[in-house]
Amino acid sequence: MKKIVLVVLVIALLSLGGMTLAQDGPFRVAIVMPSSTTDISWSQSIYQGLLDVQEAMGGESAMEIAFTEGMFDVAAAAETLRGYAEDGYDLIIAHGTQYGTSLFDIAPDFPDTSFAWGTATDTGAEQGLSNIFAYEASAEEGGYVNGVMAALMTKNNIIGVVGPVQAGDALLYINGFIQGVKATNPDAELLVAYTGSFSDVAAGTDVANTHIAAGADVLTGTSQMVVGAIEAIQTEGGYWFGTQFDQSPQWPDAVVASQVYNWAPTLADMITRIQSGELGGVAYTLTLENEGQTFVFGNVAIPANVLAAAGEAAAGILSGDIEVARELPQ
Amino acid sequence: MESSRTLLDILIAASGLTLAAATPFLFAALGELFAQRSGVLNLGVEGIMLMGAFTSVFVISDKGFNAHPAVGLLVAMLVGALMGLMMAFVSVTLQAEQGISGIGLTLFGQGMSTLLFRVLAAGVIVAGGVEKIDLPVLSNLPVLGSIFFHQDILTYAAFALVPISVWVLNRTTWGLQVRAVGQNPQAADSMGVNVARVRYSAVILGGVLAGVAGASLSMALTGVFQENMTAGRGFIAVALVYFGGWSPWKVMAGALLFSAANNLQIWVQVLDVRVAGAAIPPNLLIMLPYVLTIVVLIFARERQRREPAALTKPFERGEN
Repeated sequence: MKKIVLVVLVIALLSLGGMTLAQDGPFRVAIVMPSSTTDISWSQSIYQGLLDVQEAMGGESAMEIAFTEGMFDVAAAAETLRGYAEDGYDLIIAHGTQYGTSLFDIAPDFPDTSFAWGTATDTGAEQGLSNIFAYEASAEEGGYVNGVMAALMTKNNIIGVVGPVQAGDALLYINGFIQGVKATNPDAELLVAYTGSFSDVAAGTDVANTHIAAGADVLTGTSQMVVGAIEAIQTEGGYWFGTQFDQSPQWPDAVVASQVYNWAPTLADMITRIQSGELGGVAYTLTLENEGQTFVFGNVAIPANVLAAAGEAAAGILSGDIEVARELPQ
Repeated sequence: MESSRTLLDILIAASGLTLAAATPFLFAALGELFAQRSGVLNLGVEGIMLMGAFTSVFVISDKGFNAHPAVGLLVAMLVGALMGLMMAFVSVTLQAEQGISGIGLTLFGQGMSTLLFRVLAAGVIVAGGVEKIDLPVLSNLPVLGSIFFHQDILTYAAFALVPISVWVLNRTTWGLQVRAVGQNPQAADSMGVNVARVRYSAVILGGVLAGVAGASLSMALTGVFQENMTAGRGFIAVALVYFGGWSPWKVMAGALLFSAANNLQIWVQVLDVRVAGAAIPPNLLIMLPYVLTIVVLIFARERQRREPAALTKPFERGEN
């Protein structure tokens, strides 16, 4: 009798163990990002998206997030990505265009693991890869709307752009912003300068101070180095238009509006596909239409006509009446 | 559209911005100059600047203690002194290879400032600490007033430090000892100079000034702290010491040249200066100050004669 009880117990235990195995435990996501989870721009926006998805899925027991931040060094990022793949994560995100080459080296070695990267459109389908998602933001759309507002809020009629490097979503955002300004206020002068760096805060300050010295009273800019530029324009009493993440809590007097990347729908869709066995092959685009881009306003009082113009611009982009080019004619 | 902007306006604005941007370089490079004149190459400047930048802004911000900017500056000086002491201990007492130990100190400063930043601040610190001061009467001077006398107190201090450094090096006993232990420590030792003590003091002074350089970058120039915000400026400061041939005035000239070239390239972008109708790629312009520095270094042959003879060489008493 005792033996039978023991056998039953053992079987029960084994099946319990089997059940937990069958439930797979949490869905495991790992992400490598260039800057930090608190950069109030590129990296923080996707980290926030992951947290949102985690909450929607039921917390840490349903979804595990591992992240490595500060990976400006591409070689180190490649090692980290491979490490995550060896650790058996379900989805590994390389959050930067610069990681693409490494990702395409690593992904073929782990055909059962899903990878994602951006800003990018290439899922590796042409190379026969089926386990890569790509994502990008149509940053030019939100940039255009910000440009419309900036064009109406400048008093000096001079607007400055603090760019990092002429690439990726930064360039798209800036090109959209310039079109928005020109369409709304053709007389406004646009000053554009790049720092050559995504991370050099003081270089952002230098460019912003030069814009201000040249008469600009409204600035915009993108990447994590802009914090110095926002501080500079707030000190001067001017306005700032942000992108990627809401920057108004830190600079309530300067930040008029931030075009915010909302990664959650994209990430949720990827996870759903992975769980049904589809490991890649989809290229996502964050747009105004799919709510991958939203607008967050701060404490700065915005005149009704400016808000109305912004609303019209957004509606025009949604309806297709306004087409925002991704590249500017030289 | 740019008709309202005269060349004079631009020159005045650019000159003022250049002085402000040169300030952190000047503090760090003058500090490094003292260390090198005593015979110690400290490549840890970058790390010390980062720690000075973080600690100063942290204590004056609402994430820290809301302290007065003067307290922030003092904290940065203290942190700089401690890190200078570390460098001195490793390079003078333990006689470790200076280049390697300096890079170690930089890596330590990068790691420690990032760790403290993440644990204590958890996000960008905003603290517009040091404001610009219009010097009475002088700031009303035409042209010169807005260039030279509308700056923050750290900029005034950095430029005042240049003649002070010259005086200290050439006219004080300690300055003479610094130069002696950097040129010929054996001779200095035989004259009764405590080589180790002089080197310790010079390296610690260098650390203090590197801490101030970091504070001027975060508290004054940018008003924020973000991870790794020095972005290589500490190494440029070390290069400026070579560039300036170990002379404070020439180091100042180098800091001004570098900052002016950088500001010039920004103006070229801002004003959309075109060559034969075509825009100049920003990447080329951004390289300009660095290329200029390398070119000047190549042509500044004179520096080789002025290099402290015992630079990077540890001193052991009774060795010879």
